[in-house]
Amino acid sequence: MTLPSWMPTVVEAIYFIAAVLFIWGLKRMSSPRTARQGIVWAGAGMAAAIIVTFFLPGMHNLGWMIAAIVVGVVISWIVGRRVPMTAMPQMVALFNGMGGGAAAAIGAVELIKFNAALKLVPDTSPIQPEAWADVAGHLGTTELVLAFVGVLIGAVSFTGSLIAFAKLQGWMDRRFVFPLQRWVNLVIFAAAVVCGAIALAAGIEGHAFAWGWLIGFIVLSLVFGIAMTLPIGGADMPVVISMYNAFTGLAVAFEGFVLQNEAMIIAGMVVGAAGTLLTQLMAKAMNRSLGNVLFSNFGAGGGGATQQEIAGALKPIDAADAAVMMAYAERVAIVPGYGMAVAQAQHKIWEFAKLLIERGVKVKFAIHPVAGRMPGHMNVLLAEAGVPYDLIEDMDDINPEFPNTDVALVIGANDVVNPVARTDKNSPIYGMPILDVAKAKNVIVIKRGRGKGFAGIENALFYADNTRMLYGDGQAAASELVAGLKTLDV
Amino acid sequence: MITGFLALYIFMLAAFTGYEIISRVPVILHTPLMSGSNFVHGIVLVGAMVALGHAETPIEIAIGVVAVLLAAGNVAGGYVVTERMLEMFKTSKPGAGSAGAGPHRGPR
Repeated sequence: MTLPSWMPTVVEAIYFIAAVLFIWGLKRMSSPRTARQGIVWAGAGMAAAIIVTFFLPGMHNLGWMIAAIVVGVVISWIVGRRVPMTAMPQMVALFNGMGGGAAAAIGAVELIKFNAALKLVPDTSPIQPEAWADVAGHLGTTELVLAFVGVLIGAVSFTGSLIAFAKLQGWMDRRFVFPLQRWVNLVIFAAAVVCGAIALAAGIEGHAFAWGWLIGFIVLSLVFGIAMTLPIGGADMPVVISMYNAFTGLAVAFEGFVLQNEAMIIAGMVVGAAGTLLTQLMAKAMNRSLGNVLFSNFGAGGGGATQQEIAGALKPIDAADAAVMMAYAERVAIVPGYGMAVAQAQHKIWEFAKLLIERGVKVKFAIHPVAGRMPGHMNVLLAEAGVPYDLIEDMDDINPEFPNTDVALVIGANDVVNPVARTDKNSPIYGMPILDVAKAKNVIVIKRGRGKGFAGIENALFYADNTRMLYGDGQAAASELVAGLKTLDV
Repeated sequence: MITGFLALYIFMLAAFTGYEIISRVPVILHTPLMSGSNFVHGIVLVGAMVALGHAETPIEIAIGVVAVLLAAGNVAGGYVVTERMLEMFKTSKPGAGSAGAGPHRGPR
């Protein structure tokens, strides 16, 4: 099939439009009212860019290409449609990992092609210009460097995201920690860099390199992604996923440069920068630096200083009493956490909140930025249940209101409401911004058992004088609360 | 051809664009936006297609197919997940009263 000579120009133009649509789409996605259209715009740009790529000159293997696209799209589409909303964070991790893997694979293909062409050139030094000009897939120094860096970042993002996925999915619930782990990881990383540098140095000088260096580089990069993610605990996964999201963006931008594809450069770089900022925002919400998240082995126990003892007793309450308490309250704040997601209790909680609103109670939902497994995780779940977003308050807006709140209902949240973060300097979560739930007149905590939160720290809130514990699975407890309210009306 | 400093400028401008877009986002949209940017880097599919389209030896083709497969998964999965999240965002209509709207809002 011969393509008209103007075809490449059309393709370039469509890539340009796609890049505009991506930025426009992301912009729209940053406001709740226009967010829906945002993804549609970006999707239109993506579809156009993919279709015109078939019409680039000199494309082979179209059969394989179409087959791989169909298989990849169909599987992901079905999986993406079927997973419950609570599993969204790990799905983002999984799909992000696939993107990183793709970027690394592109770099690998380009480097293989480059090296294979070099091997055909007589290995003379200095290299003969006429022989050099024949090298198909000639890559300049910048392209070579970026190809290697892109493979490294993409490969780390690939295996790292898969580990994050496995952890969030519950396939790997223990952190994998051993002595000198940081040094082992450093050695793996250094070995990967050395292998890459040897191949890179040869390539820049125009000599073919032994395949072993390239293979070693790729394998070690993949291993490093695993090794780096294994010791990080589940509570820190949001930050890690966001970081790998930024990594994939960067890898895509670099490989886009290697392929001289502007759409990839711009889209990848925008995501790289946006993802980096998002990662910082998340780490900041937990009052920790990124380095701290990655290397501190948080919550591993065995810390040096002893934490303050918490005095008091856990005081249980039953659902009927809790329901009455809230029914006659003026203001109620509902504080959801990951426990609500696990119990899928968001629908029941909203049903309960609606009944309270009907009775004239002022109900607000208070969301900590890192409640759940991703920033905004709780917002998504509440939105799924149909909670209008104007009832949902951020931490900074709701904190001053807690002293005027009659009842704070905590469901499945733990570390983000632990007052120890303000009072105990020896606590690992000291300094983390928290919701001031303890300042509410009454606190009811729905909790499955007496276990600790993700950080493995006792929660002083549970022992406070104004706190009552409502034990039970989130959904069951919420159902009992609803039933309790309904009996009042009879 | 994009070379040297021109590339650097593109990198720089694109980076600022990404930074600016995110910096004004309410926390409520962080997860969908992360998912949305995850979809946008699915553009890697275009690169994977180019790499596979110019692959010649079996090993290049094999890695190229893997690249296209993974990238296609990134695009489709990223879109579906983002779309599902954003589908759920809506305001309570002023005046309508959320109590009255209740029974009609079945679980999805």
